[in-house]
Amino acid sequence: MTTTEPVDIETVEDFRERARKFIRENVPPAEGPQVAGNLSDEEELADVSRQRQLQRLLYDGGLAGVLVPREYGGQGLTLDHVRALNEEMAGRQYPFRLQVPGMTPCMTILLDFGTEEQKRQHVPAILRGDEIWMQMLSEPSGGSDVAGAQTTALRDGDEWVLNGSKVWTTGAWWSDWALCLTRTNVDVEKHRGLTVFMVPFDIEGLEMHRIEMLNGSKEFCQEFLTDVRIPDSYRIGEVDDGWTLGTRWMYYERSYASSPYAILPAGSSLEGDRGVGTMVSLAARSGRLRDPAARALIGEAHAESIALAHLSKRLPKAIMTRKMTEQAASIGKLMYALVRRRLMTIGWELAGPTAAVWGDDDADLGERGVNFLSRQVGEIAGGTTEMARNVVAERVLGMPREKTFDKGVAFREIPKGPPARAREEHQS
Amino acid sequence: MELELTPDQDFFVATTRRFLEDRAAVGVLRGLRDDERGYDEAYWRQGCELGWTSLLVAEADGGGSISGRGVEDLALVAFEFGRHASPGPLVAANVVAAALSRSGTEAQKVEVLQRILAGEVVVGWAIAEPPPNDRLGHVALEAVPSGKGWSLTGTKAAVEAGGVASHLLVTARTGDGLTQLLVPADAPGVVATPMHSLDLTRRFSTVTFDGTTVPASALVGEAGGAAGDVARQLRLANVVLCAEMTGAMDKAMDITIEWAFDRYTFGRPLASYQALKHRFADMKTWLEASQAVTDGAATAVQDDADDADEAVSAAKAYIGHHGPEVVHECVQMHGGIGVTFEHDLHLYVRRVVLDAALHGTVNDHRLRLADILEARENPERPAA
Repeated sequence: MTTTEPVDIETVEDFRERARKFIRENVPPAEGPQVAGNLSDEEELADVSRQRQLQRLLYDGGLAGVLVPREYGGQGLTLDHVRALNEEMAGRQYPFRLQVPGMTPCMTILLDFGTEEQKRQHVPAILRGDEIWMQMLSEPSGGSDVAGAQTTALRDGDEWVLNGSKVWTTGAWWSDWALCLTRTNVDVEKHRGLTVFMVPFDIEGLEMHRIEMLNGSKEFCQEFLTDVRIPDSYRIGEVDDGWTLGTRWMYYERSYASSPYAILPAGSSLEGDRGVGTMVSLAARSGRLRDPAARALIGEAHAESIALAHLSKRLPKAIMTRKMTEQAASIGKLMYALVRRRLMTIGWELAGPTAAVWGDDDADLGERGVNFLSRQVGEIAGGTTEMARNVVAERVLGMPREKTFDKGVAFREIPKGPPARAREEHQS
Repeated sequence: MELELTPDQDFFVATTRRFLEDRAAVGVLRGLRDDERGYDEAYWRQGCELGWTSLLVAEADGGGSISGRGVEDLALVAFEFGRHASPGPLVAANVVAAALSRSGTEAQKVEVLQRILAGEVVVGWAIAEPPPNDRLGHVALEAVPSGKGWSLTGTKAAVEAGGVASHLLVTARTGDGLTQLLVPADAPGVVATPMHSLDLTRRFSTVTFDGTTVPASALVGEAGGAAGDVARQLRLANVVLCAEMTGAMDKAMDITIEWAFDRYTFGRPLASYQALKHRFADMKTWLEASQAVTDGAATAVQDDADDADEAVSAAKAYIGHHGPEVVHECVQMHGGIGVTFEHDLHLYVRRVVLDAALHGTVNDHRLRLADILEARENPERPAA
């Protein structure tokens, strides 16, 4: 996205000073690790409501949407201002639930492709915390092959009728709107028959089911759409041209770990926030802090985290200055997953056997075990590492693309399961 | 490679690169395999004229950086050194030049520093010691007051360029503190014995001191008060090593990617196999992260930031681990040809592996990070 810089732009120093003052006076310090833990539904709703207020606070303080043009409620500033804000937000509470996928990819897609009316209606509402947006992207039939979406949208006069199912929608049950990728044409190649719509979650015909994850979390949802009717004004971009948005959408999704559109307070790290749940406190807790092997793991975890932090700063800069292709965002995605994986394992090792079998007094150690149990989430959510590796190899290093069987055929002709006979043989 | 270079830096890098392409070509490197010195003296002198040893030296002392940020400029040179597996004692020359410019006497500046800058002499930094004192920061060799000067007895290893150096900057212990002495290599009782090294052109020596005495004028900085200078020197050395490893990884990756496109098996290029593509993606990620963490360390050291030690140890621990992994993967991608002397790949593998072991192993730097973190979280317990 390109933003034109106003001539009378606020200097980074002035902005930082203003942000510092406002944050000190208004934004409470962080109390613990800022991730969605296992809360009761009531607690979770209360937390969402708090985060909406926190977002509103930042908006009122002129600190929301640093890169977003002023006419849509943002600040119209630069990457340097983003960094300054993140630095001033260090150690503070922030509305993490509203950052991803709300600010990006949802808001960034609206900014890139929305009509003037759509942008003016929704972007300020997102920045105010009034609207929480999610993505209706993956389907039960497949997550990685995003362009193979089978949820249909059929035109009926000025309306569209949606049928199908979407899955892995984070927090849909407490969110307001979603970007939804649909199939509008099965008689053309798969990438040419897609269209994107805005869908409110409270619309008639949309049924929601919450998925229980293996760590007990129920943050992800599946939606069933049955004759959901939405007006044509909810369409984003041209009919059947959804993949033009889709490629951008994928780019934003891959860059979310380092996106300048989302607030990420400096010092936040996968190791755990300072003072609470760090690797040092974990090792002390499990009686391993004087064990040189444990100390080496603590050091390894920290080196990995610092490398991730530096790469997360380097990639957006490299992409914005066109030193690297936008596809390099997948390097950041892969790095995040690789580092997260290692840190989950190190946390498990430092916690000791209590992480697997714990008493009421050892819930903190047990949490390391539960994290390890669901370690692969970071390598699956938001696109698998296998897809990221394909993108890095093919789009960054320019290696030959994988052979597929969906090129040059109408979507309806593409194999979507084994042929009938093969299925029988497999079952016998 | 850093992302945002000034036009002067761009020119400086391009000049160094052209010079190295010509004077440190692989044929030259192979020709130096059995050379005692490991580099051609004229080559080193001309490199110094390009500014290789001036970047950390104050202008008043005849030095000067390219961008006003000498550590970052030096990292750019080191990256090119890695890309060409270049000969020459880049680490020692710069560390000692910086130390003399910062804490040396006028006489030391005139007699030694000026000649380092001109490329007329090389110097060694004698800090590391043989086992069991080979951990990062361990200094057992004592500097004992003797008359109006100092006496040294003990062993330092590995000392880069120890066999050809005119002087050695010796880091020694005095009671609880550290003392640095600039010792002429031909002082009585100093014996340098060549060691073996994994690199084709880098030369190291064991240096023994047997009652070697030097006058008080050999002191660099404060007697017993050199810990700050030594810490700074270690930071500088590790930034150079990290940048050099990253350059060597970058070159090994270039060679290997080209190979993957050119090499056909079963009627298709290696680059078309998903099993290999996925490994290339990981290697590319580790390479980019290595560059990012090196830049971060160079900036922190340049700024003398409070977290400079942390930034440096994170970089060395990260690259020291992932660097060898990347270049070994490059070898694996080549198959049999990758483990031959004939193929050039080993030049870069050697450089990465050697540098990973100098001035703190991966484990040393991981342990130091744990010390730093523990001290930060429990301020009453100071870092070891």
